[in-house]
Amino acid sequence: MGHMLELPMTSGPLADPMVPVPYRIERLRRETHDTFTLDLAATNGAGVTSFGPGQFNMLYVFGVGEVPLSISSDPEECPALEHTTRMVGAVTNAIGGLKRGDLIGVRGPFGSQWPVAEETGRDVAIVAGGIGLAPLRPALYYLMNHREKYGKIVLLYGARTPEDILYKRELEHWRGKFDLEIQVTVDRGASGWRGNVGVVTTLAGRAPFDPSNTVALVCGPEVMMRFAVMELMKRGVEARRVYVSMERNMKCAVGFCGHCQYGPHFICKDGPVFRFDRIEPIFGKAEI
Amino acid sequence: MIQPLDSLIREHIFFKGLDDRHIRFIAGCAMNVRFDEKQYIFREGDPADQFYFIREGLVSVELMVPQKGPAVVQTVGDGDILGWSWLTFPYRWHFDARAVRATRALSFDGKCLRAKCDEDHDLGYELLKRFASVVTERLEATRLQLLDLYGTHA
Amino acid sequence: MAAETTALAPSLAIEAKELPQLFAAISKRGFQILGPTIREGAIVYDQLKSVEDLPRGWTDEQSAGKYRLVRRQDQALFGYNVGPQAWKKFLHPPVQCLWKAKKDGSGFEIVTENPSSQKFAFFGIRACELRAIGILDKVLTGGAYCDSGYKTRRDDIFLVAVNCSQAGGTCFCASMGAGPRVTSGYDLALTEILEGKSHYFVVEIGSPLGAKVMAEVTHRDTTQKDREDVDRIVAETQEHMSRSLETAGLKELLYRNYEHPRWDEVAGRCLTCANCTMVCPTCFCTTVEDVTDLTGQNAERWRKWDSCFTMDFSYIHGGSVRTTPKSRYRQWMTHKLAAWTDQFGEIGCVGCGRCIAWCPVGIDITEEVRAIRESDPAAAKAR
Repeated sequence: MGHMLELPMTSGPLADPMVPVPYRIERLRRETHDTFTLDLAATNGAGVTSFGPGQFNMLYVFGVGEVPLSISSDPEECPALEHTTRMVGAVTNAIGGLKRGDLIGVRGPFGSQWPVAEETGRDVAIVAGGIGLAPLRPALYYLMNHREKYGKIVLLYGARTPEDILYKRELEHWRGKFDLEIQVTVDRGASGWRGNVGVVTTLAGRAPFDPSNTVALVCGPEVMMRFAVMELMKRGVEARRVYVSMERNMKCAVGFCGHCQYGPHFICKDGPVFRFDRIEPIFGKAEI
Repeated sequence: MIQPLDSLIREHIFFKGLDDRHIRFIAGCAMNVRFDEKQYIFREGDPADQFYFIREGLVSVELMVPQKGPAVVQTVGDGDILGWSWLTFPYRWHFDARAVRATRALSFDGKCLRAKCDEDHDLGYELLKRFASVVTERLEATRLQLLDLYGTHA
Repeated sequence: MAAETTALAPSLAIEAKELPQLFAAISKRGFQILGPTIREGAIVYDQLKSVEDLPRGWTDEQSAGKYRLVRRQDQALFGYNVGPQAWKKFLHPPVQCLWKAKKDGSGFEIVTENPSSQKFAFFGIRACELRAIGILDKVLTGGAYCDSGYKTRRDDIFLVAVNCSQAGGTCFCASMGAGPRVTSGYDLALTEILEGKSHYFVVEIGSPLGAKVMAEVTHRDTTQKDREDVDRIVAETQEHMSRSLETAGLKELLYRNYEHPRWDEVAGRCLTCANCTMVCPTCFCTTVEDVTDLTGQNAERWRKWDSCFTMDFSYIHGGSVRTTPKSRYRQWMTHKLAAWTDQFGEIGCVGCGRCIAWCPVGIDITEEVRAIRESDPAAAKAR
């Protein structure tokens, strides 16, 4: 896959990619009723020395298990790491029960990246659905840190309800500080909500970017990505300029366990970020 | 800048491809309107004799639910078409529409257009085709909303 | 060292009764000899204490969903094909502890397990199995990450291969280009020859270590007849393959037939029992289990064989991606015969036929490919 940032793939001094490195929890922030963000700091210099936007770590809770979580912090703030997750299973619930000062194991970073470094000079359309905003956040940070290299940057973000909107303060800050168009919509309104109500894919149909010179980054539930990609391509964005982030069961993250296969691709090393034309033949096919 | 209605309509993607005479007729049924924040554009049950093209702003399509108050089902914004009940019997609004913030729009005389469509089937077909697209897009979007894709899969 | 290797011809002959010398020469170099032996009615791979542990005078009768051991008329030591086990169980263990961790304060410390230093000799490995090991080498050591445990075990293996003198009832290695003749990747390659009262082996030397070992075994040079016999035996084995699998355009065939009705048909038979993945010499999928003891102070990470046929294999929050048996059978076959080529540059199947023999309902992968090929809509259009 040619669209990598020039950042190393393997973690620190530990040679064995199956052994987690202990990180300390600096902060555990509740974002919504079922979603929280972990701020992690390395304990002894070992661990993730750099990462690219779109990559993920395997987080280990002692004795409970591991879960793949996208890194959602600024790549230029590394080695500080942030991960935002919903509580959906044994491990994520266990992580939610940890507190400041506890140690959590980290293996990574793994996977492919959003092509932000390569696609300078273009408009950037970011379409995020639900928790899908978390893996896109590092790309947003990168774009903000290098704003002058891009044309129009548009963030279209769909959440379930106004209470489920992530990074509220940050979105406001970005809206105010940077030349960045942010449109937020919710599937279901609430009293006091004076913004868009409806699916995020509708916003893609008329957002202010030039389809002939846009790179689109899409992340969210697969159905949402299907429709978002359809809208983007209907508007004229080429398939080879659309990127999506896929998810499958993952156990090892290093290409050995076979669980994360998606057609011929291993999500842990060929993904999770895929250029859309490369997976178009199987995208949307049931049970692949 | 005040743009003549003719050219505004001609340029908009919704009316693209229509014959000049149809565009002139439609322009003749159109006028600029303004809604203040929180102003109702139409109410459930009222006769549906217009449709709108939102030039700038945000409009919520709502249903008044007893004990819960107004429930917003969808919002429509810049460049969207609002209202299709003028085309189908019984020509009454089934939802409320309210401006979320100050909104400028073009309002079209649906009653007049209905009569003209009955006479001129070509115009009727062209308008129906376009409104069919609007309805299907909204329906697809609504179905996605129903799927509650961001909800937890319990 | 160099003088020893050039002194020996590339192939020699040894009498069957000299095999114990071969065993001795291998064991004295610290290799534990593993090879075929009979356990509970099947020929499995286990420790061989002597030549007598080999299944002398036995053969296997295999067909779809059937495996039986039957007595031979002669005393052949390798007169059978492959059983339910693949050599992968020694290189890629079914159950393995990756590391142990101990809680200290609010954190923990991890200690990795060192792999055992025992070296192994695989005695009696077939061509298809050698190819399978080469395939696993690519999967587990040929990418960005290297499975160090596998590599350690793999580097020290002494390989004594055997050319098959008969085609098994489910074999199709010839179609896959994986046999029946052993061509490379071995230390020694044996071909068993029984003629009337004589019982001997032609031994082809494939490495300097193989030459050193053979120097310690009573041997003679091979004759022209010996070499012709080897060719004849291998040719006959090849001719008698009971099955075939056309590999031309196979990847594209399967990629364009994700919706072929044959998948529904095979799903009606497949029990998703996962036998095929357990016996397959190239299936490598594993799962990871994190466990603690009752005190909660000590944790371990274990790696275990897994199968894409299980319901949980593709589970992500809320449900599995592949819930239907159809999707799981399709995943296995498409991975093995198509996706593998994109992933590792070669096809993942070696034609050993184990999946056919050990499938309780006798599903035959060669038959499934044939059925799809024969009713491939794209091919029909082209005609």
